[in-house]
Amino acid sequence: MVRSDAKSRRRKKHISGGDEIITLNNVSKAYATGAPALNGVSLHIKKGEFVFIVGDSGSGKSTMIKLLLRELVPTSGDINVMGYDLTRIRHRKIPKFRRNLGIVFQDFRLLKDRNVYENVAFAQRIIQVSNKEIKRNVPSILAIVGLAGKYKAKPRQLSGGEQQRVAIARALINQPSILLADEPTGNLDPKNSWEIMKLLEQINENGTTVLVVTHNREIVNAMQKRVVTMKKGVIVSDEEKGGYIDED
Amino acid sequence: MRISTFFYTIKQGIINIFRNKWFSLASIATIGACLFLFGLFYAIVMNFQSIVKNAEEGMSVTVFFDNGISQERIQEIGAMIEKRTEVSKIVYKSADEAWAEFKEEYLGEYSDGFTENPLENSASYEIYLSDVSMQPALVSYLEETEGIRLVNRSEVMASTLTGVNALVAYISVGIIAILFAVSIFLISNTVTIGISVRKEEINIMKYIGATDFFVRAPFVIEGMMIGLVGALIPIGILYVLYEKVIEYIMLRFSILTKLLSFLPVEVIFNTLLPASVIMGVGMGFLGSVTTVRKHLKV
Repeated sequence: MVRSDAKSRRRKKHISGGDEIITLNNVSKAYATGAPALNGVSLHIKKGEFVFIVGDSGSGKSTMIKLLLRELVPTSGDINVMGYDLTRIRHRKIPKFRRNLGIVFQDFRLLKDRNVYENVAFAQRIIQVSNKEIKRNVPSILAIVGLAGKYKAKPRQLSGGEQQRVAIARALINQPSILLADEPTGNLDPKNSWEIMKLLEQINENGTTVLVVTHNREIVNAMQKRVVTMKKGVIVSDEEKGGYIDED
Repeated sequence: MRISTFFYTIKQGIINIFRNKWFSLASIATIGACLFLFGLFYAIVMNFQSIVKNAEEGMSVTVFFDNGISQERIQEIGAMIEKRTEVSKIVYKSADEAWAEFKEEYLGEYSDGFTENPLENSASYEIYLSDVSMQPALVSYLEETEGIRLVNRSEVMASTLTGVNALVAYISVGIIAILFAVSIFLISNTVTIGISVRKEEINIMKYIGATDFFVRAPFVIEGMMIGLVGALIPIGILYVLYEKVIEYIMLRFSILTKLLSFLPVEVIFNTLLPASVIMGVGMGFLGSVTTVRKHLKV
């Protein structure tokens, strides 16, 4: 993964407050009905960290992901991601902001009518990378996720694990500073789940900040990474080398 | 915009059409049907107006003068009439010309017995109008003019033509307006369906960081292409049909040939082709732009 100099210079401009890449200060999000989804959450994530966000449904994990993607705006509090103030960012700046994020979903969200190569190239076309560069970048990223030989296959011809690898390749190809994975193993069997987690760990070792939202207890317990546990819209624990906290 | 992005957008627009071929066909059919009817009405209205116009132009008011009027006064009246805006042409017919015409038409060889001109007082002006609805005003002006004995006109014909002309114009404008409203509604629906099919794709694009323009452009290109094809097909059909129908009418109802003068196919299509293309592409553009806009709030 080669990042051009101009690109990294541009990115550095946005990074503030030392090594912190994600900062949530007293963030609350309330929907029109019911209790607030997030209630006064503060979270600080440093560049290069690997963080699990765990919790049961209704804990506020999904709301947090949506806030980090700037799909939602907090009701109160501040969110700063890579120097972008997400409470004040202008609508037309959002695409530029999102290009620094790689996103992986539980349901893969691949374009079913396009092959593996096109699915990955798609992310580069969106940011207007030239065809020549795309032809160079896509095969190398497919090699990293272990799908070099399957670039012509359509998503339906792939297993769940392979589809998630394509999604990861798509998330990585634009060299994001942060990789957000929302239940990346939710639709996978244990073997494939492990392989995906190993891949995410490898990506993290190469310098990308990785944030994984999950409720896969075994994986969280085995990987010994930072674990942020949420319950009913608040952070109930944040441990450096934590495990999955059982429901009381 | 990069040149490769430009071509990518065009390519995606075309691919979109084929990817959802049933929706695309439905859109093309809708625009095509609408523009076919528009073209049909346009051709009928234009021809009808041309026929009415010809009839109007062929219709005249004839004035006869007082007995013993001087030639100078006749010329004076002629100059006054010619100045009026509703008058397109004025033709003087002397008493001798009138007699000669009458003889030829009705008497033939029996006219030899006349030594003098029996139509001595039948010098006249034939006045042709540019706008047949102005006939009553002209007639009342002529009747009040000194030196004019008699004004002959065909009032019934004039008012009928004016009425029919206005009626056809109103009806056609009304029908075309309704057709447009219906087709815009249908296109908007079709595009909405097409977009909802690709909603996931739009969402993915937005998550990856596509700009609004990048997401919208292929859909807009698709809409415009559908509009273009939807315009060209009915125009082609109308072009062929128009010539055939006129040929048929002329052949079958040859008695009408003198009364009806159809416009040549080029005259109709010189306006109809660009108008239809602009409308088709415009409808596709508007339909896709407004509908895509709704689905961009990711």
